[in-house]
Amino acid sequence: MGQMIKVGMADLKICKAPDAVTTLGLGSCVGIAIRDPQTKIGGLAHIMLPDSTQMRAQAVNIPKFADTGAKELVNQLVKAGAGRTRLVAKIAGGAQMFAFQGTGNNDMMAVGERNAKAVRQVLAELKIPILAEDCGLNYGRTVEFFPETGDYVIKAVGKPVKTI
Amino acid sequence: MAKIDLNNMEGVYFDVLREIGNIGAGNATTALATMLGTKVDMHVPKVDLMEFKEIGEEMGGEETLMAGIYQQIKGDITGSIMFLLEEKSARVLVSKLMGMESNPEEPFSEMEVSALQEIGNIITGSYLSSLSSLTNLTIDATVPSLCIDMCEAILSVPAIEFAELGDKMLLIKTEFTDDVKLEGYFVLVPDLDSYDKILTSIGM
Repeated sequence: MGQMIKVGMADLKICKAPDAVTTLGLGSCVGIAIRDPQTKIGGLAHIMLPDSTQMRAQAVNIPKFADTGAKELVNQLVKAGAGRTRLVAKIAGGAQMFAFQGTGNNDMMAVGERNAKAVRQVLAELKIPILAEDCGLNYGRTVEFFPETGDYVIKAVGKPVKTI
Repeated sequence: MAKIDLNNMEGVYFDVLREIGNIGAGNATTALATMLGTKVDMHVPKVDLMEFKEIGEEMGGEETLMAGIYQQIKGDITGSIMFLLEEKSARVLVSKLMGMESNPEEPFSEMEVSALQEIGNIITGSYLSSLSSLTNLTIDATVPSLCIDMCEAILSVPAIEFAELGDKMLLIKTEFTDDVKLEGYFVLVPDLDSYDKILTSIGM
């Protein structure tokens, strides 16, 4: 058994099998898991917002956004020896935790859903296929990603453990 | 230019926000005592401006089961407020209010959920009304929404709102003591312009 490396909110980490990466309590955030099945190098990014280009802030916290976070994760994986063209992804999170969240304001769509959509879009731009996903609904998820097998294990309160 | 930059908050602004937090939490404690008909002591709240990465651990574990009550704020100030309570503490409060034991093996019943919503409404309401009288600004809140889930998942909602402003989140941790210790947290997320309005209204 390898080590389990923890990824916080607005954070990203990479590892090599048998190590694994985890992030606890994903709500409206999305956990992007990417790996190279051949070298078994993989990583996880815990993103909070869809788009870094819409921010008025000057300096950008890279892992905070879907676009910059996914790109940085890919860069780090490739630097660590992963094959760029072999990369595959799985995603989870993007829940709507509160019933009225996101309704009635100009955001149109709940932020969780916008996050998931932005992640799908940026992964498509990067030409990284999404093999599986568990997004949306109204509950939090703890995720564990094992680059050895590509298993993305999802735990939620009062629900059976799920592997995608 | 906004006065507040959450990443580089000057000491004096931070002190003002902490003081607002203190007063608000104090009022909320009084409201709680009235509602329960008992004496409730409050410790001086701990106010922290912390990085997103640290939030879960600071609150006793990312996966701790919590009840979160969330309201959006409208009026002169816009944004949102959230009151969080450990699930255990939520059970204690609900049992006291309804005069019957809450079974920890079962999910909260419909009755208990509305009781919790009401508790949250009163607590955040008194918090906001103290903020309103302090600043002379009109503050209205929407109907509260309740969520019982992992701490970090609930907090992702206000954290995301903070994330649009900067890389840190303002958290007010309040410990109430009744017969048992209850731990509650307030997360007030005014929009950036609202911070300015708050500070201007009190002459900063």
